[in-house]
Amino acid sequence: MAPVLEVSGLSTVFHTRTGTVRAVQDVSFSVEPGETMAVVGESGCGKTMMALSLMRLIPSPPGEITAGSVRVAGTDLLKLDEPTMRDMRGSQIAMIFQEPMTALNPLLTVGKQIAEMVTLHEKVSGRAAKERAVEMLHHVKIPEPRRRAGEYPHQMSGGMRQRAMIAMALACKPKVLIADEPTTALDVTIQAQVLDLIDDLRQELGTAVVLITHDLGVVAEVADRMIVMYAGRKVEEGTVAELFAHPRHPYLQGLLNSVPRVGQPKRLQEIAGTVPPLSNLPPGCAFAPRCPSAVAQCRDAIPPLDEKRPGHRAACWVT
Amino acid sequence: MSEFIYLARRYPLGLAGGVILLLFVLMAIFANIIAPLDPLTTNPRASLAAPGTTYMLGADMMGRDVLSRLIHGARISLAVALGATFIGSGLGMLLGLISGYVGGWFDLIVQRVAEIMQSLPLLVMALVITASLGPSLVNTIIAIAIPLIPNVARVIRANVLSLRELNYVEAAHAIGMSNTRIAALHVLPNTLAPLIVLATAQLGSTILTEASLSFLGLGVPEPYPSWGRMLSESAAEYMRTAPWLVIFPGVAISAVVFGANLFGDALRDYLDPRMGD
Amino acid sequence: MLLEVNDLRKYFPGRGGFFGKTPDPVHAIDGVSFAIQEGKTLGLVGESGCGKSTVGRSILRLIEPTAGTIRFEGTDITRMPSKEMRNLRKRMQIVFQDPYSSLNPRRRAGDIVAEPLLVHGVENRTERRAKTQALFERVGLRAAQMDLYPHQFSGGQRQRISIARALALGPKLIVADEPVSALDVSVQAQVINLMMDLQEQEKLSYLFISHNLAVVEHVSHQVAVMYLGRIVEYAATKRIFERPLHPYTQALMAAVPMPDPANRRRKQHLGGDVPSPVNRPKGCHFHPRCPLAQERCRVEDPMPREVEAGHQVACHLV
Repeated sequence: MAPVLEVSGLSTVFHTRTGTVRAVQDVSFSVEPGETMAVVGESGCGKTMMALSLMRLIPSPPGEITAGSVRVAGTDLLKLDEPTMRDMRGSQIAMIFQEPMTALNPLLTVGKQIAEMVTLHEKVSGRAAKERAVEMLHHVKIPEPRRRAGEYPHQMSGGMRQRAMIAMALACKPKVLIADEPTTALDVTIQAQVLDLIDDLRQELGTAVVLITHDLGVVAEVADRMIVMYAGRKVEEGTVAELFAHPRHPYLQGLLNSVPRVGQPKRLQEIAGTVPPLSNLPPGCAFAPRCPSAVAQCRDAIPPLDEKRPGHRAACWVT
Repeated sequence: MSEFIYLARRYPLGLAGGVILLLFVLMAIFANIIAPLDPLTTNPRASLAAPGTTYMLGADMMGRDVLSRLIHGARISLAVALGATFIGSGLGMLLGLISGYVGGWFDLIVQRVAEIMQSLPLLVMALVITASLGPSLVNTIIAIAIPLIPNVARVIRANVLSLRELNYVEAAHAIGMSNTRIAALHVLPNTLAPLIVLATAQLGSTILTEASLSFLGLGVPEPYPSWGRMLSESAAEYMRTAPWLVIFPGVAISAVVFGANLFGDALRDYLDPRMGD
Repeated sequence: MLLEVNDLRKYFPGRGGFFGKTPDPVHAIDGVSFAIQEGKTLGLVGESGCGKSTVGRSILRLIEPTAGTIRFEGTDITRMPSKEMRNLRKRMQIVFQDPYSSLNPRRRAGDIVAEPLLVHGVENRTERRAKTQALFERVGLRAAQMDLYPHQFSGGQRQRISIARALALGPKLIVADEPVSALDVSVQAQVINLMMDLQEQEKLSYLFISHNLAVVEHVSHQVAVMYLGRIVEYAATKRIFERPLHPYTQALMAAVPMPDPANRRRKQHLGGDVPSPVNRPKGCHFHPRCPLAQERCRVEDPMPREVEAGHQVACHLV
């Protein structure tokens, strides 16, 4: 199947007083319809900036997308003028956030916000848009959708709000859904519900999902393929099954060994040190200062992304 | 010294503000030496003289030198502005701190009284107070300081309430630190930023309140000059015929307020360790 | 027993009452009992609003409990006057979740760690400095970092500062309220390992409060699962993870995403929302979400029962 989202050579920088921060450097990946691609990384790895770049929501200035292309069904979003891009948001590519409270307008009812989204992109009557809103709320399994449509965001629980935001994002059946840590702020039992919901909708609507998360458990449960980001760069890429079974980059190896797992009571392996600030990256491989297997070469030159096994690429000189 | 140069480089605007304030303070202190003429001597022949060689910034209706009056007026205006702001902010901070920290009936009473005071305009409050205390420099300062208290108290109280919830305050309780010590060590320093912003913003309005009080005969008694009175006496009558009577006191007031704001902003940043490095 | 908590309750006054109509109090903790042995960790698990943080704060008397007893080293401290309590505070400390709000941004890291020493009468400056330096090194920080401000540290390092502050007075018990939840995965492991090493060296006991089951299993000797202000299951860690008996514990375990794609399968997930303590269901609080609920569960409160040695469950059906 042809990929619906093709990101190629994407680079985003922030111009700050102290210099240029390279938030995203040369990131490429593609997602097919109905596929879930996980973007994994810790805070400060540039994954949220990457997501915002896909939506062209980088605050500019100080941010700037300096290179690359983001094609949705063949159209390069980075070449569009702003009005056309606004049309694309919601209808072709949509995004949900970690904290729905900040993404929903507190002064409008949830139903009205979804209806507005619909009328913005489709020529439908106000009444039809309202009906669609109720239908979408039903779709995301909110009980009593008609009554709930008349509620304000603060009247809903965190899980309900996240469902409402998903309903809004999917109201115009976008081809690509970007989910930035969609369950991080939720309780475990609610997280499970929301992940199930995203998965169901993906299958039903054939939406391509880009799932941005730091939680390897979430990745293992719902994603098909994944990329690992470190300090603004893609360092590893492949199917989830392959990467969990045969991680090649020492960073991913470290991550997998540092999470406690139920039923495996051994001492956790630490990754020494902390994530470097994007404004002050070491030369060579950014992970080298924390890497147990780093050699001289790692400190001098940035390793290329090589195919280490079929369909499994990693950027490491050593492994 | 190197520390000073470093700070001056980091906060050039703050430095400019500080220099402006310093100049005015020096002017007030050495008014006798600097002023070219006596600020109180009248000269009927020079009435409303335009700026020129003798009267560099012109003369007022009674033929008194505007420049000399400005220089001497700095004494009263700065004393009132700084004194009232300092006293008002200090007392307001103390009340706000206790009110937010202790809570209970004390808080309730302080808040209700503050609300009543805030519902009256600054000037009306000051009028009532000076009218009952009688006109003098100290009384003017007190009269202007008191109405400032509720504003400051409420801002600080709101700040304290949010600080109280922070984990480091809880941690201080957990190590057995006493309430007064927590207030002094953890709460007070973190309320400084809003306090400085508030105080510098109020500096200008205190000078103008003093002007209004003086105009109504309740401020610092005649014939001693203050900028506020110089401005308010002539604003209505001479704006067209002798604009220098209005412009120069106005410029002096603006310059002090401007300088105080620049300095206050820099001070706030300097006191915040997060703004370092 | 180092700490024994018996039938602890904390009710907060309700809001929104009109003219004489007193609103119902919020039952944040509703009869919680547990014990912690010296050198052991009790993991307290639950979702938001279940009252687990309130339990931690009540034990330290940062919140005054409404009813019940707290015995620390055999002494009843539930109503101890604050003067006497001050001395006891040396022996029980707390570490918070948020590495940002737990340190005063205007104080240097060294002063923050030295603060407990100062409060408890280590007057000599050099002595204090030396002790602080030792504490820094013990938690894996460098002495040179004592003069830095909190914002100059990363989240994990800030958590180490918090731990150093808690250790300063040589406590027996540390209440750790979600101590690693705000940290990156790679840093979580560092802090967990540090806490476990310290436990071994100092014979520390932890009340480890967390929503993360995998972390709790890793660090705890015993686990108590809370739901809406009550403990629904309480047992040794191994037992509860091998054979969870309460339907809520089972659901919680099923909901945790496992980093193991080879074993991926769609599980039956719990429906409904986490209820709020303001509006508690009658009978068993869990019954509206419970797949096994029966008539009896809707009307009758289940009491915690010992179903096997050292394994308590509050469920009619077990």
